[in-house]
Parts: sequence; structure tokens; C-alpha cells
Amino acid sequence: MTTQPPAWLTLGGRAFDGVVILALFVAVWQGLYAYAGDAAITSPLATLAYASSLVQTANFWANADATLLAFFYSLVISIVLGVALGLVLGARRFAGDVAEPMLVALYTVPKVTLYPLILLIFGLGLSAKVAFGVIHGVIPIVLFTLNAVKNINPVLLRTARVMRLTPWQTVSTVLAPAVMPELITGVRVGFSLTMLGVLIGEMFASQRGLGFLIINGISLHNVRMTTAVILIVVTFAIVANGLLLWVDKRMYRGAAGV
Amino acid sequence: MSRQAAIGWTRVAVIVGFLAALEILCRMKVINPLTLIPPSEMAMALWGLFVSGKIWDDIAQTFSTVALAFVFSVTVGFALGALIHALPRVRRAVDPLLASYYSIPFFVFYPLLIALFGLNTVPLIVIGFVFATAAMVISTLNGLDRVPRVMTKTARILRLSPAQAVMQVTLPSAAPYLFTGLKLALAYSFIGVIAGEFILSGGGLGFSIAYAYNEFDNQTMYALMMFVLVIATVMNGALHVWEQRLLKRRTRA
Repeated sequence: MTTQPPAWLTLGGRAFDGVVILALFVAVWQGLYAYAGDAAITSPLATLAYASSLVQTANFWANADATLLAFFYSLVISIVLGVALGLVLGARRFAGDVAEPMLVALYTVPKVTLYPLILLIFGLGLSAKVAFGVIHGVIPIVLFTLNAVKNINPVLLRTARVMRLTPWQTVSTVLAPAVMPELITGVRVGFSLTMLGVLIGEMFASQRGLGFLIINGISLHNVRMTTAVILIVVTFAIVANGLLLWVDKRMYRGAAGV
Repeated sequence: MSRQAAIGWTRVAVIVGFLAALEILCRMKVINPLTLIPPSEMAMALWGLFVSGKIWDDIAQTFSTVALAFVFSVTVGFALGALIHALPRVRRAVDPLLASYYSIPFFVFYPLLIALFGLNTVPLIVIGFVFATAAMVISTLNGLDRVPRVMTKTARILRLSPAQAVMQVTLPSAAPYLFTGLKLALAYSFIGVIAGEFILSGGGLGFSIAYAYNEFDNQTMYALMMFVLVIATVMNGALHVWEQRLLKRRTRA
């Protein structure tokens, strides 16, 4: 009897695809290293080694904590503000129709240019980074929530009324489950953009944080540091997005099953 | 007054009201003039920059960089999209990659690009390109996915050559999605280039804003900020209007 290799290792498996893509990525990276040399970028293996020693230093964690704290605050503010605004604009048709294209326009504007304004209002430091993260993350969350509320099937609301649900019951058993899938999508997009905002904030005019480490590595010709921190940040972003994407898919499957 | 017109006018009123409130608050010194200057002063300062000619070099540099990033991202994005569409096996492998593409904070690569290519416009073009291409790939895939089967079958029945089928059936049918791709690619190349200039560069509008900030030159800084925001809004608005017109023509036909 021949033993079949496990399904995930076969030519058709997901994991196989992932391994091939990862291998391609490492090959391109190695190629860049061969082309540019140690002055511009470190090799994948050296970066991995340096990154694993970096995460054992207190200095790295001091900066990572600064970034995570700013990111956490801006994400919470983005979600609360975004969902609240989205609910209001979704429930009030006219206000929603007025606001939506304006929000889309704001979304496509280079918000980096607004950073000096935020620095002048909040001063250098945590609150400026948080504010900058929020202006990046809040708009997609508003837009997704707005559309979720706008597209609620009116039959659901009428049924809730027929069944004489209390307002609280209506929200918890009808409205919340109906908007949840799109809301999670909004939060996923908001998550990525908030992180982008915080990191850009740290790369310009900041003395702490992972964004600062990246830009400082370049100024001090410490390419090893820059490459390793980029690897850590990007890995974190991909893993976090993967988790949210997984929740997102489960939500849609749940909504479709009802 | 129709509902559409009411919405439009309310929008105008919101913007005008916002600018007026800002103007009054700044003039009454409720807002510290060291923090924010009145919109009218921004406009005057901007006019001054145009008259003195200081702004033209920045405009030329930024827009030529954006144009290059845009053209590269649209051509490469479209070609990649068409290629991936033709190869279902590859597509299944890249789909998760495309889905999480924009979760990667690409600007962290910008310093590395400077180390690789030097402090010139190449890293800016690359960052704009990297930021914009995936949007074009995704839109191309969307468009090609939604070409109705009836149309491709009709093309076959009419014995169109492959080139004819692409020019007369596939492309016109996918056009709205391709247009969305163009729109996103333009917005993203603009954001990418300006952000790169802002973080670290030797010229361009983003650089001049950061420079003015460091020099405490609020007049120039706010004038340039206003210019960038107005240009981006006008650009997006114009494309939106054009898109609506294309769509209207389709539904009539």
C-alpha cells in the first residue's frame, strides 16, 4: 500500500501555494541583496538572525511598546468614532447621501500632508501619532458601517416591529447581527490603515517607535536594523490581517447560513 | 428642487460653512495663528507662491513622478491582471496575497528603497508603483470576471479573431472596472509619491511641506497643503464625473 502525502502538501494544496510564494519572495529578496550588497540591504538569513536577537533587547521593546500603545489608542478611537458616525449617517438617509462622496474624497486625499497641522495642534508625541492614526483608520470604518446600515433588509426591521421587540432586543437580535459582517470588514481595513498612519507618523518627526527605528537605521547607516524592523512589522501586519480575514469569512458564512 | 440637487447644495453648504467657521475662528484668534492660519491667508500665500514662481519646480517634479508611477502601475497592473486571469492555477495561489496586499504598511519599505536606489526620484516612483499596481490588478481581474458569457459566445459565433474579440467585446465589457482601476491607481500613486517626498526626499510638494514645517514657515506650509488637497479633490472629482458619464452611456445603449 502506498501512503498518500497529506493533502496540504500536494500540488493542489493551499499550504503548497503558500510555500511557493514564500520561496519566490525569499528568492527576490536574495536577488536584491546580491545586486545591492550589504550597504543597502541585509540577506534574508542575516535579517532573520538579527531580528531574533533584536526581539530580546529592551531597546526594541521600548520602541515596540510606544508603537503598540499609539496603535491601540488610535484603533479604539477609530472603531468607536467610525461605528458611531456610520450608524448615524446610515440611519439618516439624507445626511448619509450628503456625506458619503465627501468621505470617499477624503479617503483618496494624501493625508500625509495634514501631519504638520496635527503636530501643531497636539505637539510632538503620543497624541499626535494617535490622531494621525485615527484620520487614516476612521474613514473606511464609517463607510463600511454606513453601507451596512443603509442596506439592511427593511423586512427585518418590520418583522422586529411585528414581533414587538423592545428597542434593545431589536438592536441585539436583529440590527447588530445584520451589520456585523460588513463592520468586521471595515475594522479589518481600518486596522491596516491605522497602523500605516501610526508608522508614517513615527517616520516623520518622532523619537520613539518602530517607524522611528526604521528611519533612524537609514540615517545612521544601520541597514541591519532597518531591514530587521521592517521584517517584524510586515510579519505582524500579515498575521494580524490573516486572523481578521479568517473572522471576516466566518462572519459571512454565518450570515449566509441564517 | 429635486432630491439630488438638494444633496448637492447641502454638500456645498457644508464645505462653505466649514471654511467660513475656520476663517472666523482664526480671525477671532480662538485658534492660535501659530497653529492654523485663516483659509483666505492660505489662498493668498498660494497665489504668492505662483506669482514668485517658487512652486513650479515642485509641481513639475511631483507630477512627473506621479505620472511615471501611474503609467507603470497601470500597464504592469493590467498585464499582470490579464495574465493571472488566464492562468486559474496561478490565480488560486495569488488570491490570498491580493486580499491581504493592502494590509502591508508599504511605506516602511521606503527607507530601504532609498538605500537601494539612492536619494532621487526612483524610490518615489517605485513606492507609488508598488502602492498602485495591486489596485489595477484587482480591478482588471474583476472586470475580466464579469464579461458576460453570452458576449464571449457571440464573439465566437461571429467568428471574430482573438484580437477582434478582445478589442470589440472583452475590453468594452470590462471597461467600467478598468476605469475604477485607473482611478484608484492615480489616487494611490499620488498618495505614495507625496508621502515618500514628505518622509525623506530632496524635492517636490511633499518635501516642501515638510521643509516649511521645519522652518516654521506656516504661510508656505498651509498654502502647499491647500494646493495638494484641492488638486487631489479636483482630480478625483473629475474622474468621478467622467465615470458617471461613461456609465450613463452604457445603460442607454
